[in-house]
Amino acid sequence: MLKKKVAMLLAVAMVAATVVGCGGGDKETTDTPADDATTDAPADDAADDTADDAADDAADDAADDTADDAADDTEAPASGETIKVGIINNDPNESGYRTANDKDLKEKFTAENGYEATFQYSMKNDEQIAYAQNMLTEGIDYLLLSAADTAGWDTVLQDAADAGTKVILFDRVIDADESLYEASIVSDMAEEGNKAVTWLADQGLDEYNIIHIQGVMGSAAQQGRTGALDEKVAAEDSWKLVTQQTAEWNAEKAQQIVQSVIDSGEKFNVIYAENDDMAKGAVAALDAANISHGVDGEVIIMGFDCNKWALEELLAGKWNYDGQCNPFQSDYIDDVIKSLEAGEEIAEKTIIMDEKGFDAKTITQEDVENFGI
Amino acid sequence: MQKNEVKKSNENILMRMVRNQMFIPLLALAVLAIFNLIADPSVFKITLSENSAGNPVLSGLLITVLDNGSELAILAIGMTLVTAASGGQDISVGAAVAIAGSVLLRMLCGGNSRPEELAMPIIVAFLISCVVAMLFGAFNGVLVAYFKIQPMIATLILYTAGRSIAAWINNNELPVITDPGLSYFGGFIPGIPIPTPFFIAMICVLIMFLVLKFTNLGLYTQAVGINENSSRLNGLNPQIIKIISFVILGLCVAVVGLIKVSRVQSINYSVIAKDIEMDAILAVALGGNALSGGKFNMAASIFGAYVIQFLTQTLYKFKVSADALPAYKAVVVIILVVISAPTVKEWFGKMTKKFKVKEVA
Repeated sequence: MLKKKVAMLLAVAMVAATVVGCGGGDKETTDTPADDATTDAPADDAADDTADDAADDAADDAADDTADDAADDTEAPASGETIKVGIINNDPNESGYRTANDKDLKEKFTAENGYEATFQYSMKNDEQIAYAQNMLTEGIDYLLLSAADTAGWDTVLQDAADAGTKVILFDRVIDADESLYEASIVSDMAEEGNKAVTWLADQGLDEYNIIHIQGVMGSAAQQGRTGALDEKVAAEDSWKLVTQQTAEWNAEKAQQIVQSVIDSGEKFNVIYAENDDMAKGAVAALDAANISHGVDGEVIIMGFDCNKWALEELLAGKWNYDGQCNPFQSDYIDDVIKSLEAGEEIAEKTIIMDEKGFDAKTITQEDVENFGI
Repeated sequence: MQKNEVKKSNENILMRMVRNQMFIPLLALAVLAIFNLIADPSVFKITLSENSAGNPVLSGLLITVLDNGSELAILAIGMTLVTAASGGQDISVGAAVAIAGSVLLRMLCGGNSRPEELAMPIIVAFLISCVVAMLFGAFNGVLVAYFKIQPMIATLILYTAGRSIAAWINNNELPVITDPGLSYFGGFIPGIPIPTPFFIAMICVLIMFLVLKFTNLGLYTQAVGINENSSRLNGLNPQIIKIISFVILGLCVAVVGLIKVSRVQSINYSVIAKDIEMDAILAVALGGNALSGGKFNMAASIFGAYVIQFLTQTLYKFKVSADALPAYKAVVVIILVVISAPTVKEWFGKMTKKFKVKEVA
């Protein structure tokens, strides 16, 4: 009997530890966003939908409280009245992209810059809608939204319009009438792919034998990055795909795919990996087979996402190219709000952000510091 | 008269072969090997070359299979025990690998995500990750043994929460280790051309073999799996046996975590060892072990793991896209499950009897 009791206590303690651990974790990471984190592109949230709800809610409440407290403590700056913004974002733990995105927003929408910001996080559409309705009830000037899902937002946006709250979408688009929001700030995934493929074409190789390692099929990042390459391969005779497979953003799978190509003895001179992790896995396979890569190497290495460590590989000349998916949207949002406050009209509702691509030959230490996520 | 006897014993050998647990994995291996040979006769060529660090390494399809299949083989050891003792499977091993890997990196980095030097020797960090993984194993085991929750449901908790916990352990940072010492476990030790993961797997197999030979663990596990009540009446403690099996799986998970982390010198919480639990369960099934528990054959499971990796690698070779891989594996699972279903077995039994009767007539 005693043993049973002890076992029960142990189990309860572990359950508690799990839940508390999770909640604490979420909170901690929202407080101190990581400098460098995991990769992944913006649209592949589905890959990581596993966070448990209970812990999420707890963390959200906690984050909510701290945000409220902070807002209460800081009085409006002397320069003018504060602008109340409610920000609904996806969970910053989702990916390095999201962590960088959240950090950027937190640094922009501060009391010093004349904002009073409330942050809410969820990767579920219905929870996000509930948060939005709460925010509207409390009264905000602007609702900044990165929606988990494209559908189901019409009512909320209508409510916002009725309440006089202006809506700005960032990072994600939704299926709603354009009149219901002021602006939509999005990444252009196709442009990222085009930039990378144009860069590759500029390298002037006699023939392109490409190992194409794709992300999770169907995600926006995968489609944009694959689309550009597919078009080019179809158009040019000298461009050939040695293999085109998905490694689902996974370094090990990428390593196995490249390994199998090396084992088969087929020739290749370009590795086009749709994120940094997969490029890293591919490089590990090359290293094991003593195939040189990077600047002046036999094989050109291309990655995406601009993780800090990946840019360092570029700086060291071991990789050739890294494409960016710009997570720094706060400046664009800030501009939109400033012009709306000044009474100006937003000419183009859809604002496409600049995307960068880095070449190993031209990248500098400053680029690594400024653009690495 | 004599002739008849010879014929009978011949038949027996054939029957024994078919009945043997190793038959299915061996058959699968043979089919795969023939398939590969037809497509490309040079497929099994192994070459000795140098890697970029100037160390000799063996390469070739077979080496790749032995290398990448090792994690699966190690997990198959633990999964076989869990399956035998509890009559269910642990679906949280992938998430647990993420936790073990995360703990390992956290210990090596000491909080700094880009350490110049390791904060502690790798062996110490590894032992700590072992303890953590075994604790999580014990957690699963307690849920299954004392609360009588179905293993798949009990481990669903960790399956769901594990990767978040792993991210939390490192503050959601992505530590990158540059120390070459860590890369040996998932790559090659300088001067030894055989991939280290294979050595690690063989050490695990050897230890398990010795444990099964010199302790009663195997016997007790089977007894609990076959009939919990009668094993209790015979003085065994079924709860403890079940927990032990989950703890051993936890230890296997920690070893796999070390190899996985070592392979990329880093970690990605959401994709590390993704879906590996399915492959590990498949290995147990392919080894001819009943997924409902009871008797088990450890060697067949381990062998099954390498066969599965061979299948994966073959599919890569034929450029089947990686997201279609699960579909092919599903076909294998369906065939296995159907073959081992009682109704089909009965039917086979009847058919062979009929066949014999006809022959006699």
